[in-house]
Amino acid sequence: MTTQAAERLDERARQALADLLLAMADDEFVLGFWDSEWTGIAPVLEEDVAFASLAQDEIGHAQALYGLLADLQGGDPDRIAFGRRPEQYRHARLLDHPRTDWAFSVARRFLYDTADATRLDALVASAYQPLAGLVAKMRREETYHLLHMHAWMERLANGGDEPRSRLLEALQRLWPDAGCVLAGIDDAPLVAAGVLAEPLADLQRRWRDGLAPVFQRLALPSPTAAPPAGGCRGPERSDDFLWLWEQFTMVYRSDPEASW
Amino acid sequence: MSSPATRVDERAVWAALAEVTDPEIPVVSVVDLGMVRSVEVDGERLRVELLPTFVGCPALELIRGAVAARLAGMAPEVQVEMTFAEPWTSERITADGRRKLREVGFAPPEKGSEPAFGRRPGDSARQLRRAACPWCGSRDTALENPFGPTRCRAIFWCNRCRQPFEQFKAI
Repeated sequence: MTTQAAERLDERARQALADLLLAMADDEFVLGFWDSEWTGIAPVLEEDVAFASLAQDEIGHAQALYGLLADLQGGDPDRIAFGRRPEQYRHARLLDHPRTDWAFSVARRFLYDTADATRLDALVASAYQPLAGLVAKMRREETYHLLHMHAWMERLANGGDEPRSRLLEALQRLWPDAGCVLAGIDDAPLVAAGVLAEPLADLQRRWRDGLAPVFQRLALPSPTAAPPAGGCRGPERSDDFLWLWEQFTMVYRSDPEASW
Repeated sequence: MSSPATRVDERAVWAALAEVTDPEIPVVSVVDLGMVRSVEVDGERLRVELLPTFVGCPALELIRGAVAARLAGMAPEVQVEMTFAEPWTSERITADGRRKLREVGFAPPEKGSEPAFGRRPGDSARQLRRAACPWCGSRDTALENPFGPTRCRAIFWCNRCRQPFEQFKAI
């Protein structure tokens, strides 16, 4: 089925699709590893459980997306996930930041989840059926993430001086990189082939328009940052990501040929 | 090879599938959970499609392997595949499955109680509907955590029993 769906795409669209799958997989993979950092040290026990679950979801989504990429281009999903150098990862710059404090992790997740929801909406009717099927399933799970993060945004924004000031500070640091989730892909051939419903620039606008009333209601400054310029998806990476890469590839690098 | 004795009995296949249980909640089978999308018999080939309950469920390969092991020998060629061709939803859990879940203390997902899908940043977790306590039946319950000990479970609190219970998530 995958092969049939891929045969209908020309060379440029196939390459763009491969880039999209890799970017989405890396986004979910890297975010999943940052989330897992909270296991055992979240502010309350319920959030230990929740963030472990969120991490498991994201890494599961990444595994499925790496699988689609391997179906499209050949190769082994585990090797794609763990066998690359840090500069070869294509996740959005938003995910280069470390977990920092709780408000920062909540703000980053909220920005990511809302942008990701916009991206998934534009893929659920994709002409590339293997992706459309997976996205329909992912979207149901991501809805729980969105609901949870929105509840935390409310709690922090209305939670008194310290939570609110930490949230404001986090948003200020994150805004310039948030739009990168919906950027850095050659989208024209994907739109032309019906793989992606709309150009990324339109998705950016839709995402920001959707956030404006939420931020207004929480009396948070509205999203002002312009869509990001180049460098949204590497190759330059933060020292924090290099540290995370060392962590999550450590076991794989110790014996790349081991069977699991 | 193609003697009549090798003919695959589809009803026997479904009966065998009903014996393969969920490794995390062993009272329910893959049939109870609605994970079986199709059973196809084509000559000597038996092909079964399963729908993953959650994309990142760590039990998926275990379940696929258990189904393949249970069906081995029922046809000369047995194929068991996981597919995302359509999403598994909690609506697929059978009436029997819901009863079995309740009997061991899980609130089954209530039909139509899944959160709204798609781009809804204005929604909040409070919109998740309440569940009936599987022990006392009270609806005076509250969602404690939409994320529980496994991917498919949420944690609720019963105000009447004054104790927590788990719900098989509506999704």
